[in-house]
Amino acid sequence: MPARAAFRWRVAVDPGHAALMAILLAILGVFVVLPIGVVLKVALTGAEGGVTLSHLARFFHTPLYVESLVNSLVAGLWTVAIGTVLALPLAFIVARYDFPGRMLVVTLATLPLVIPPFVGAIALMQIFGRAGTVTLLFQDLLGLRLNIMEGLRGIILAQALHFFPFIFLTVTTALMNVDRSLEEMGQMMGARGWRLQRRVVFPLVLPSYAAGALLTFVKAVDDIGTPFILNFKNMLGPQAYLRITTVGRDDVDGYVICVVMVVISIICVLASNWIVSRREYATLQTGARSPEGGRTLTGWRLAGVLGLCAAIIGAGLIPHLGVVVLSFSKVWSLSYLPSAYTLGNYTEIFLRAPRFVVNTLVYSVGAALLSVVLAAAIAYLLQRGRVPGKGLLDWIAMMPIALPGVVVGVGFLRVFYGINLPWIDQPLAATWVIFVLAYMVRRLPYALRASHAALHQVHPSLEDAAGIAGAPRLRAFRRVVLPLILGGVIAGGVLVFVTAAVEFSATIILVSRIEQSPLSYGIYIYSQSALGRGSAAALGVVAIVIVALGTYLANRLSGRGRMAFTL
Amino acid sequence: MRTVMRSVTLLTVLVTSAAGLVSLPARTFAQSQQVAVITSFPKELFDAYKAAFEKANPGWTMAVVPKPTSAAITHVRERAARPDVDVFWASAVDAFFFLKANNLIERYAPPAEFRRGIPEKVAGFPINDPDGFFHGFAVSGYGIMWNKTYLTRNRLPAPKEWDDLIKPVYFGHLVITAPSRSGTTHLTVETILQGYGWQKGWELLIQMGGSMGAITERSFGVPEAVIAGHYGIGVVIDFFGLSAIASGQPIDFVYPSLTSVVPANVAMIKGGPNPEGARRFINFLLSDEGQRLLFKPEIARLPVRTTLYAEAPKGIPNPFKMQAGVQFNADLSADRYNVTNRMYDQIITFRHTDLKKAWEAIYRAERAVETARAVGRDVTEAERLLIQARASARYVHVSEKMAAEVSGGMERDAAYRSAKEREWGEVARTSYARALQQANQVEELARRR
Repeated sequence: MPARAAFRWRVAVDPGHAALMAILLAILGVFVVLPIGVVLKVALTGAEGGVTLSHLARFFHTPLYVESLVNSLVAGLWTVAIGTVLALPLAFIVARYDFPGRMLVVTLATLPLVIPPFVGAIALMQIFGRAGTVTLLFQDLLGLRLNIMEGLRGIILAQALHFFPFIFLTVTTALMNVDRSLEEMGQMMGARGWRLQRRVVFPLVLPSYAAGALLTFVKAVDDIGTPFILNFKNMLGPQAYLRITTVGRDDVDGYVICVVMVVISIICVLASNWIVSRREYATLQTGARSPEGGRTLTGWRLAGVLGLCAAIIGAGLIPHLGVVVLSFSKVWSLSYLPSAYTLGNYTEIFLRAPRFVVNTLVYSVGAALLSVVLAAAIAYLLQRGRVPGKGLLDWIAMMPIALPGVVVGVGFLRVFYGINLPWIDQPLAATWVIFVLAYMVRRLPYALRASHAALHQVHPSLEDAAGIAGAPRLRAFRRVVLPLILGGVIAGGVLVFVTAAVEFSATIILVSRIEQSPLSYGIYIYSQSALGRGSAAALGVVAIVIVALGTYLANRLSGRGRMAFTL
Repeated sequence: MRTVMRSVTLLTVLVTSAAGLVSLPARTFAQSQQVAVITSFPKELFDAYKAAFEKANPGWTMAVVPKPTSAAITHVRERAARPDVDVFWASAVDAFFFLKANNLIERYAPPAEFRRGIPEKVAGFPINDPDGFFHGFAVSGYGIMWNKTYLTRNRLPAPKEWDDLIKPVYFGHLVITAPSRSGTTHLTVETILQGYGWQKGWELLIQMGGSMGAITERSFGVPEAVIAGHYGIGVVIDFFGLSAIASGQPIDFVYPSLTSVVPANVAMIKGGPNPEGARRFINFLLSDEGQRLLFKPEIARLPVRTTLYAEAPKGIPNPFKMQAGVQFNADLSADRYNVTNRMYDQIITFRHTDLKKAWEAIYRAERAVETARAVGRDVTEAERLLIQARASARYVHVSEKMAAEVSGGMERDAAYRSAKEREWGEVARTSYARALQQANQVEELARRR
């Protein structure tokens, strides 16, 4: 058996593939493994060298860190819970009923994704905060004092309103993919209504939901922009950032917090993969169905369903509305609406905004290009490659899913600050290239999944046919495979672009000069004004427009019915 | 397929235009005529100076590294071997003492034309470093700002002094920045410690901390929260209040009698990449044009050139005619810079929730005792316990002497630092928990028939 395996190996290795694999492994090694390895090394190295867990033990003996850990987990859980409550009814309605405006509901429900949660938080403060419109209305009309945005609650609200479409999209897709024949079988067996849903539909949808929920949880724990905008520090991300920036790059505690964050993410990602891979319930996916069919609704039922949709989507669009109003406000102090309006916020950002936009485009487009090229190469090897150890490549490339942005930022800072670029005599970490690389690493899994899916639809026999017709391999790839996978790959690239454009966690660690700053950090700096957040909101509007355009493009490219964001 | 092709064309256009832009940032690096300024000031300030400086110095650009003072110090300290900034520009004078002591900034003597009309001292405090390492370019006092609409809505009186802020009526209405994150707040904290003495000063700070609705991450968070009306009263450096008033916001501001008047400073980074640019920037700050910019309503700071006060806009005070109650001892402040900040964080910032709960319970207990006294019940026992609760809720674990002793060791040894911080945090947590428990007992006693 071993002999035969060795024999198969020799034959199965293609030297071209092996070379490509070596190159890819080297790239991934430098930009993924090394930064995370360094963070681990610092966190686990004792004062005299050697591995120690004493720093980690100290983490659990420091009440502040434990509290931060609990807060991060609680915020993640509640974000998922509230996101689920908002998303499930909507998903169910859209997947099961036919009514006018159904596609509009789907489109509108994805809009919250185009507003970064920390931008949404700025608006939510003005609406639900201590001096917010809704808060004042409650005080003046009912004499009630409530503050929805206090502490963790505000973070949870901002994140839930941002992430619920994520859950909505995964569940809707899963519901649409449930094979109707299974339901019909269930009905034949005598299950009706609720029982049918509980016994047949739920188990079929559960894996997708769990995967979406767990990834939402990871993203919520990862998000440090929202806590900062809402001025809440006792969470893991903010604590790590504060340690590294105020105590110093050599502060062990910062790295330990990073390691804890990584562990949380890894657990979630593994759990998610495990749930998806438990194929007890899985049926053969027949590809996304177009949302025809479903029960037609009439009368009061229709009114009820439309009302529910409007309420949920309305909640999701509150941040957008708030940001736009705020961006035109001059004085908005303890009043329902601004008491003085101005265009000044837009003229004020004009000095800086073009630069922010240019930087954002450069970093994000750069990251999109790099990650698409890398991802396409990796996907090709994974599916067609005749070389051992492909799994390792996949594993490393997907690792960033479980890497919080803070950790990527810290690792990059630590690794690339010591490396000087010869031709400009600057450390790599001080140049704009670092952002392109960091964003690329952060979003590589998105690009990889997109490429994977696209390539999956091209049968190898097509390539073989071109080969038989006498085309060299590269030309076969260029003339046959590439045109077929281009749409999907580019959709992945656009998705990388869209998410990188509002990347904040890694950015805040890496950025120093405001001239290098992308939009997200610009929004953060502009939100720190003594005179209100009007100009930050104006920048936020710019960010929303960029993300919205990108999202629209991604959806157009990835074809109708398949949502780019369900990655 | 056609849509894919169209989108591809579109993307290609996008990408090629982006590729064109990629050369832009690369070019700025090659440019020698650039001055990089690390600053804790808000965008209103650095953007105005960037525009004016670049206009006054054709061919020069000004790059800005915006960071809170403490993070800025860390930034400079970590890059001491190869500095990437030329100028350190911030309010906190003790930050400059620290930079000087650690050999991170360089001596510079501006030409005489930029020194005329600038006195030696303001309110007894030297405006420039006597050894010429850093230079005052503006003067600041520390005080209290409030939102007039908020006070009216909540029927609160306007405060005047620091110790007004511990009145129960203000509970939950105050806001401050953590001194570890804001150089100006650090100076305010030091002013209070030096004005009231270590022990009384900390007691005041801790009790004030209990009344804080929030402790913000950046100094701007305070004026922002007060202007928006999230909280009513903020502990701030004067220009936050003055600029808000000048910009038409419903704000008022007062200097307490125990304030210090301190210069905001600028210094040249040692071994910075562009010393010529650093000198130009400092000269520009001290030029008449640079000094006049301070009067812009959204900046509203006080110049160091006394001759300019004749043209000061309405509402801008002349600090050179003010009486400061505290002669600020900058050496003392610099010596215990980190200890003060870490202590504040461990016993107030990070324990804010416990502290709030404790004081809320105490104020509730006080009211209960008053009610009981009014109906003629015996409250001696309750009052005795109440005194204990108050003592627990503002217990100062670290004496001035202890603070001086641990200061060096904490900077040198990370493990020792962690241990000390944990100790302080734990003592604070337990004593605030005890205070809460005692206050609840008082309330029970007072309500008992």
